[in-house]
Amino acid sequence: MISYIFIFLAILAVASALAVVISRNTVNSALFLVLTMVALAGVYLLLQAQFVAVIQVIVYAGAIMVLFLFVIMLLNLDAEKSLFNKLRVKYFVAFIFGVAVLAQILYSMGTVSNMLPEISPQMAQIGTVEAIGDVLFKEYILPFHIVALLLTAAATGALLIAQHTINPVTEKND
Amino acid sequence: MEPVTSTSYIVLGVALFMLLNSAALAVYFERRIAAFIQNRVGPNRVGPLGLFQPLADVVKLLLKEDVTPTQGYRVIHTIAPVIPVFTALMTAAVIPFGEGLYVTDINTGVLYLLAITSLGVYGVTLAGWSSNSKYSLLGGLRAAAQMVSYELPLGMAIASCILFSQSLSVVDVANSQEFWWNIFRNPIGAVIFVVATFAEANRTPFDLVEAEQELVGGFHTEYSSMKFGMFFLAEYMHVMIGSMLITTFFFGSYHLPFAGYWLPEITGMWKVILDVSVFTAKTVFFAFVFIWVRWTIPRFKYNQVMKLGWKKMLPLSIANFMVLAVLIYAYYNFL
Amino acid sequence: MISIDWYLALSAVLFCIGIIGVLIRKNAIVIFMCVELMLNAVNLSLLSFSSYHGNVDGQILVFFSLAVAAAEAVVGLAIIIAIFRNNLSVDVSRINLLRW
Repeated sequence: MISYIFIFLAILAVASALAVVISRNTVNSALFLVLTMVALAGVYLLLQAQFVAVIQVIVYAGAIMVLFLFVIMLLNLDAEKSLFNKLRVKYFVAFIFGVAVLAQILYSMGTVSNMLPEISPQMAQIGTVEAIGDVLFKEYILPFHIVALLLTAAATGALLIAQHTINPVTEKND
Repeated sequence: MEPVTSTSYIVLGVALFMLLNSAALAVYFERRIAAFIQNRVGPNRVGPLGLFQPLADVVKLLLKEDVTPTQGYRVIHTIAPVIPVFTALMTAAVIPFGEGLYVTDINTGVLYLLAITSLGVYGVTLAGWSSNSKYSLLGGLRAAAQMVSYELPLGMAIASCILFSQSLSVVDVANSQEFWWNIFRNPIGAVIFVVATFAEANRTPFDLVEAEQELVGGFHTEYSSMKFGMFFLAEYMHVMIGSMLITTFFFGSYHLPFAGYWLPEITGMWKVILDVSVFTAKTVFFAFVFIWVRWTIPRFKYNQVMKLGWKKMLPLSIANFMVLAVLIYAYYNFL
Repeated sequence: MISIDWYLALSAVLFCIGIIGVLIRKNAIVIFMCVELMLNAVNLSLLSFSSYHGNVDGQILVFFSLAVAAAEAVVGLAIIIAIFRNNLSVDVSRINLLRW
C-alpha cells in the first residue's frame, strides 16, 4: 500500500517539477511548483515526519508561493514565446550537465544499496511536535534565535530594496 | 495517529452531508434574516415559507450560460472556483463534533487547520488573475492580501488556546474546555479570533473583495453559472466552518458551560445526542452572528482593514499570547 | 516497505530537474523557483535519512532550511522587482549592464 502511494506521489512530484521547467507561462510554472511541494508534503507523511509535512504546506505552499504568484501577477510578464523552438547549444550543455550530476548521485547511491531497508521504529515518537519542540528549544536554541534574526533582517532588507522612492524634482532657481 | 475505524467514515459522511446542506440553508436564512432586519418579507414563494428557495437558486445557476473570458486563461479559470470549496471541506476532517465523534485525531491538527486555511488564498488569487480583467485582478489581490494578513492574528489567537490545552490536537483543545471555556480564560484571544475569522471568510465588515462601488464584483466579476455558484457555496461553507472553529476553539466545543462542575456523568446514546446538539446549537448561533453582522455594520475602507490587521490586532495578539504564557508558567511553577 | 534508496533517488531526480531548469531558463523568476525546487530536494533527502536513522536532528535542519528559504524568497523577489523597475524585464540575459 505504502509503496503504491509513494510511487504515485513520486510520479506526481517529478512530473510537476518537469512542468515547472518547461511551461512557458510563469504562473503555470508557479502552480506546478505548488503541486510539487504538496506532493513532497505527502512523501514526508510517508516518512512519518508529520510536523515537517504540515510546516512544508504552511511555509512553502501557503506563504512563499503566494508571494511568487503576487510578484508574477503584478509584474504582468508575457509568456515566453520561444522556449524550445530554436535548438541551441545551451540546452544540450544544460541537459548533459544535469544528467551527469544525476548519474553521479545515482552511481554513488548504487554502491551502498539496501543499507537502510526500514523506517526506524522510533519515528512514531520522534516525528511529533512534542519531540521536535523538545530538541529545538533545548539543544538548538541558539540557531533558532539566529534564524529569527535572519528573518527579521530579510523582511527589513526586502522593504528597503522594494521601496521605490522617486527623488522629488527640486525646483529651486530654475 | 489513530487507526481509521468505521466511526470515522460515518462521521465523515454525515459531516460532509450536513456541511453541504448547511451552506444551502445558510443562503436561505441570510435572505430571510436580511429581510427581517430591513423590515421586508424576503423569499417566501418557493415551497413552505420559501424553504425550497436554495433548490430554485441552484437550478437557476445550472441553467445559466457559462461564460469564459476570451482573453482569459481557460484552465485556471475553471479550476479556481473548486479550490475554496475543497479547502473548506477538508477542514471537517479534524473537528470533533462530540465525545469520540471525530474523523481523525492527528497530533498536528491545529497546524493542519492553519495549513488548509492558507491554501484557500489560491482560489481567489487565481480567479482574479485568470479572468484577465482589471476589476477581477484587483479584487483577487485585495482578497489574497487580506487573507494573508489576517492569518497571523488568527494563528496567534489559536496559539494562545494551545497554551491551555498543551497539545496541538484539536480533540485535546476541545476536551480542555470541559470546566472553563476558553473565552473565559482568554477573552482578548476570543475577540481577535472572531474578527480574524470574519476577515478570513471575506464577510462584512471586511468584504472589500467584492465592494460593488469600487470593483464591480471583485474576483468573481467574470464568473457566471455554476462556477459562480461554487464561489457562492464556498462563501457560505466558510461561514459554517468559521462558526465551527469559533465554537471549537473558544466556546467549549461540545461542552455546556462549566459542564465539568455540574453535569452528571451520562453515557451511550444520550451523550452523543447531547454533544452533537450542543455543538450544532452553538454553530448555528455563530452562523446567525455572521449574518447579523453583515446587515448591521458598514464596510471598512481597505487601508483601515490593513491598518487594523497589522497595527492593532497583530501586536495585541502577540502581547496577549506572551502575557498568557507567563501567567500559565507562573501558575504551574510557583502556585 | 520501501528502502531509503527510493526516497534518495526521488530527491536526486528532483535536484537535477532543478539544475536543468536553472541552466536553461532565462526568466529570473523561473530560475528562482528552480532553486526552491533544489532546496526541496535536499530537504527530502535530509528527512529520509532522519526517519530511517530515527534521529530527530535531520528534521530540525529541514526546519531551519525552510526558514532560510523563506528569507531568501523575500529578498530575492524584492531584488527581482527592483531589476524589473530598471529595465522592464526579468530576462537574465538582458541584465548585462553594471551601470546605467
